[in-house]
Amino acid sequence: MAPVLLLWLAVSLSGTLAVDRGNFKTCDQSAFCKRQRALKPGESPYRALLETMELTNTRLTLQLINDNNKVHLLLELYRLQGNITRVKINELKPLKPRYEVPDVLIREPPTEPLSLLSQDENGVVLSLGAESQRVIVSARPFRLDIMEGRDVLMSLNSRGLLAFEHLRMRKDTFSYKVTSTVASVWDNIKRTAKEEEEKVEDGMWEETFKSHSDGKPNGPSAISLDFSLPGVEHVYGIPEHADTLRLKTTESISALQPGCVPVRAFQHSWKGTSLNLSPSFWDCLSQQYETPQTDVRWISESGIIDVFIMLGPTPKDIFSQYASLTGTQSFPPLSALAYHQCRWNYNDQEDVQTVDAGFDEHDIPYDFIWLDIEHTDGKRYFTWDPHKFATPKEMLQGLVDKKRKMVAIVDPHIKVDSNYKIHNEIRSRGYYIKNKDGGDYEGWCWPGSAGYPDFTRADMRAWWASMFAYDQYEGSMENLYTWNDMNEPSVFNGPEVTMHKDAMHGAWEHRDVHNLYGFYVQMATAEGLIQRSGGVERPFVLTRAFFAGSQRYGAVWTGDNAAEWDHLKISIPMCLSLGLVGISFCGADVGGFFKSPSTELLVRWYQTGAYQPFFRAHAHLDTPRREPWLFGPENTALIREVVRQRYTLLPYWYQQFYHAHQTGQPVMRPLWVEYPQDPATFALDDEFLIGRDLLVHPVTEEGARGVTAYLPGKDEVWFDVHTFQKHNGAQNLYIPVTMSSIPVFQRGGSIIPRKLRVRRSSTCMEHDPYTLYVALNPQRTAEGELYIDDGHTFNYEKKEFIHRSLSFAKNILSSANLAPEAQFSTRSWIERIVILGASKPSKVTLKTAGGQESQLEFEFDASMSVLTLRKPGMNAGVDWTVTLQ
Amino acid sequence: MSNSEPVWSCPVMKPCQYLLLLLLLSVGVSAVEIQRPRGVPLSKRQFYEEGKPFTCLDGTRTIPFDRVNDDYCDCHDGSDEPGTAACPNGSFHCTNAGFRPAFIPSSRINDGICDCCDTTDEYNSGATCQNTCRELGRKEKESLQKMAEIAKEGFLLKQQIIQEAKRGLEDKKAKLADVQTSKKDLEDRVEALRIVKETAEQPEKEAKERHLKAWEEEKAVIRMEKDKARMAEVFLELDDDADDFISVAELLSHSELDPDSDGSFTEAEAQGLLGGVDKVDTVAFESVWNNIKEKYISEANADTPAPVETPQEEMREPVSDNDSEQYPEDDIPEEEEEEDEEDEDDDPDEADYKSPPTTQTQEKKDDDNEGTMPPYDQQTQTLIDSAQKARNEFDEAERALREVDDQIRNLEKEISFDFGPNAEFAYLYSQCYELSTSEYIYRLCPFNRVSQKPKYGGSETNLGTWGKWAGPEDNVYAMMKYEHGTGCWQGPNRSTMVKLTCGKETVVTSTSEPSRCEYLMEFISPAVCQEPPSLDFGAHEHEEL
Repeated sequence: MAPVLLLWLAVSLSGTLAVDRGNFKTCDQSAFCKRQRALKPGESPYRALLETMELTNTRLTLQLINDNNKVHLLLELYRLQGNITRVKINELKPLKPRYEVPDVLIREPPTEPLSLLSQDENGVVLSLGAESQRVIVSARPFRLDIMEGRDVLMSLNSRGLLAFEHLRMRKDTFSYKVTSTVASVWDNIKRTAKEEEEKVEDGMWEETFKSHSDGKPNGPSAISLDFSLPGVEHVYGIPEHADTLRLKTTESISALQPGCVPVRAFQHSWKGTSLNLSPSFWDCLSQQYETPQTDVRWISESGIIDVFIMLGPTPKDIFSQYASLTGTQSFPPLSALAYHQCRWNYNDQEDVQTVDAGFDEHDIPYDFIWLDIEHTDGKRYFTWDPHKFATPKEMLQGLVDKKRKMVAIVDPHIKVDSNYKIHNEIRSRGYYIKNKDGGDYEGWCWPGSAGYPDFTRADMRAWWASMFAYDQYEGSMENLYTWNDMNEPSVFNGPEVTMHKDAMHGAWEHRDVHNLYGFYVQMATAEGLIQRSGGVERPFVLTRAFFAGSQRYGAVWTGDNAAEWDHLKISIPMCLSLGLVGISFCGADVGGFFKSPSTELLVRWYQTGAYQPFFRAHAHLDTPRREPWLFGPENTALIREVVRQRYTLLPYWYQQFYHAHQTGQPVMRPLWVEYPQDPATFALDDEFLIGRDLLVHPVTEEGARGVTAYLPGKDEVWFDVHTFQKHNGAQNLYIPVTMSSIPVFQRGGSIIPRKLRVRRSSTCMEHDPYTLYVALNPQRTAEGELYIDDGHTFNYEKKEFIHRSLSFAKNILSSANLAPEAQFSTRSWIERIVILGASKPSKVTLKTAGGQESQLEFEFDASMSVLTLRKPGMNAGVDWTVTLQ
Repeated sequence: MSNSEPVWSCPVMKPCQYLLLLLLLSVGVSAVEIQRPRGVPLSKRQFYEEGKPFTCLDGTRTIPFDRVNDDYCDCHDGSDEPGTAACPNGSFHCTNAGFRPAFIPSSRINDGICDCCDTTDEYNSGATCQNTCRELGRKEKESLQKMAEIAKEGFLLKQQIIQEAKRGLEDKKAKLADVQTSKKDLEDRVEALRIVKETAEQPEKEAKERHLKAWEEEKAVIRMEKDKARMAEVFLELDDDADDFISVAELLSHSELDPDSDGSFTEAEAQGLLGGVDKVDTVAFESVWNNIKEKYISEANADTPAPVETPQEEMREPVSDNDSEQYPEDDIPEEEEEEDEEDEDDDPDEADYKSPPTTQTQEKKDDDNEGTMPPYDQQTQTLIDSAQKARNEFDEAERALREVDDQIRNLEKEISFDFGPNAEFAYLYSQCYELSTSEYIYRLCPFNRVSQKPKYGGSETNLGTWGKWAGPEDNVYAMMKYEHGTGCWQGPNRSTMVKLTCGKETVVTSTSEPSRCEYLMEFISPAVCQEPPSLDFGAHEHEEL
């Protein structure tokens, strides 16, 4: 049974869990969606005009005609490098240009030659490169089938749901006609009768939702396309419904979410992913049948159809293919992978200082303390409350002294206030989004009446970035980073709590660019943080709204969750789903944003969050204080312990992010990414992998006495990282748990570097030595890596880093240079090597580059077969071997 | 400090601690640079003997001495690495000569951050630390001295307060006894006066009823005469041809008399009104008059519709009413309203007994042309006066009784209240203390309530009413809790913790809102001052051990 991965991500809890659902449209309340949904599967009116086909080396074009209204469409088909096929459909001659998404692709994707295999009056067959992959274009009705050998991987328009509402002139309304001159009445009535053929429906030229009206000067412009996936049973994605990782059969998924990545990876024997670059307002329908087959359908209110079909064949290939189109995860500063302490709000500087001191007093490490909206002067971003945060630099310097950092929120809604510099500048430069009448669009958000800068403009983004310069953003320092919230954009008094679709971004409507807005906000902010340091320092920007490509600019959190066990549970499928579309730097608010968690829930959430990529505790203004030491010494100790576990693993996390940055592989992975042949992994969403080598099964049940973790791989062994107990793969393992338990396993065959000297912040640990955990597989081999750089600059791009491969085979553990061209020196050394699943040697010899040899002392724990080598002491950046005899 | 204390325990060390202290005091810390491994406190020095194998302080293993502080953790308890960061659970001892010695977690050794004031924790990190021990020591000494002085003075004050509280308590008890006695007398008096009052009110009531009845009868006569006079007037008015008869035609000129008010006053209808005849004389008109007098509009008044004035008055009233509701107390702009208020202040019951009626009502009655009720005759008035006197005396006695009851309740409450072991907090009772911040004025009325009022307009918010003493078990009087204040939007009811610290004055020093709607108030008072220990500057050395 081949599972299918549907990578269509519209992620973020905030729109769904905590917010009144009634504020969001159902499909029936949305005219375009209702029209499209009303289409019934069956004979498609679209026909391919094969005589119009033009085939160049890189591109096939061909016209489609809708036999009902005679409108011509243009189909373009490209073969892209890396086993990707791109299908674009637009009107042949639109009345005016339709929106095509810019800036999401990192470049115009390089093409590969297409060749014609055969052609007759029914269709054409094209070869997709060297493999046995072909595309069959059927003419009547139009349909595309992507084949491998004799198997259909994917069909487009096989259900006949392709629909493309062409742009048209608005015709006069009937009532107007009746009042016009008598002479023309008859003509008009005749014309009206004719138009019946085109079915003027409600909602084509305007619609209302609640009290909001949406003028639609461009009229109907929606598009829709169906995809069928024969042989497909499992579908993943859409984490707004992420109570499970695998998608359940669903009829309708609301489109308007804070974040959206219009990507679906359809996997059929792990082949096929598609990315649709139509811009906005998605709706997705998927149905599953008794016989394995999944039908999926995209609906968009405007734009064009622009689909990238990524054909794998492995999950890893798909991640690479997707990364080649939209880029990889940005490489965060190391400290951003450490623990973040947030609350709405830390009240004033004294509060910040007290909380900071509290972490030291209770010996709990943390790297970032966060300030929410109350730190500003009346919700004017880039400013500070003059009473509560009168001397921000003093406060920031206090954090610098502890090698810690701060994040302050900067939202994209700008208070309309003629005494506010940012507002005046944006207004005078004409950078605000306009309403349909040409005035500056205004909506209500935190500051009251607010304008929304048009982040789709490159000049606006450049100006915004310049506002983060130290001399512009008063009170900012190099250890102050940024958080972009409300960038969907949130408009409290707008339809569906966002912007009116007919607001104008230059020539384009908000309808067209909605889902890109948050993407651009984070892009501009990250650029600002880079520029303020002269391009030296890596930025850290957290965003709530995102789109395909947002991974290039920072971290994403899953929005405003609540202190409920279910929300803890679904943090796993949500971040897994995000990772599948390239956004590795994901986390959920530890403890839950709304409501107050029980102590048990809070501890369990810390244990889970410590093993998820973005590890931040956050709490709503109305909830009681929640700093880790407020729940009695026992719970303080439990939280301290798991935060410390996180810090010991920072070298491994950092290395995973370096990989994600280099390759596009997700950091937090579903098990099936590594075990695609094991059907038992397909439905798992209560456990996950970090990289390849760590398996985590957090305890997410209230009052749990035990959990059952599935350990994959029939040839694998797994070591409990706390007890070093060895377990065989391909089994369900029952693990009794107490409040201190967080089941984590290291894969036999892996080597994981840790820093066991946990200090008060990650920066304090920079020069500390490593302990290598070598977990042997049944073949008594293991492999791992060690990546070291300065942890915060872009100098790694100038080859200033250490990247070493660690391998154990034939009783020899060795460190070899993976990047001989790179140069970096570290003070860190190897203080300890722990070999799991070892046998007792008689002698252990260390040999370093100079040829010097020395005997190492060791300890052997026969009960767990753990060999610990004492203080080998070599520098972490050099070549060495350790031989067990 | 719990985390920075050493992990190992030292159950048999008490005598040696004592000796060490003496040593420190007599020789001075800086002079005693006894050789010992880095990070080891003097008290543990004996376990780290140069050249001899070291046994982990938990006794789990023994290692060669060159593995002490060799930057590798061999002991589970971290005791082999007191001077490096190698052990996750180790602790480092800074001597801090000139200041207080301290333990820090060994993770703070060489982390680039200066933790020990003597800089000894950063011996290999490149951090440039200044030795600040002497400065800190001086400051601490100063502040300790200051605090000791405050504590001393505060404690003296506290003794006075306790004495006063004792006296106050006795006074109150005595007063309570007095008041309880006087209450008994008052109760008797109230009962006696009630009987006097009731006895006087019965004849008063009868006399007033008699008077009223006579007046009603007189009024009926007056009304009848007036009606007759009016009938005669109307007859003259209607009798246009002055023939002493009212004809159908004459009646028709008054369309308002149309019986079915359908807009057409027909001759038949007019004839009907006249009793079926064509005309009536003055005698026959009497019965006609009874039918038409309700509707009849005098020709003299026809142009000026009468009932206009009333609505105007009604219009004005609600407006002023509204005004006074919107500005409840502070600024009442118009004099009229002040008068109204005064009127309202009067006991409404009294009006019933008042007689003769006030001038105001007199004027109103004049409009009705019925005259005013004549004053009570002498006899009735005398009855009324004496009944009123009895009522007043009764009311007064009752009021006095209520007051005494209140007094007793308050006294009992105060006497039984938990004002601390020596009633040292009693002096705060029924006092209030304010603190003004940039935005608000906070007001603490101990044992009553805490409130917050915006400085620039806006109403007061209740931050909680007295709940209980809420300090830790061993010091319950260190904290007060005020709870069930005004509810927060989507949040809990406001509450306030008041933290008491020793001081010479009684004053609120700060407020904060650490968690939404949970306030913290710092309050200093001599009542919490403890007897200061005799100044022993060796005392803080204890912390080392």
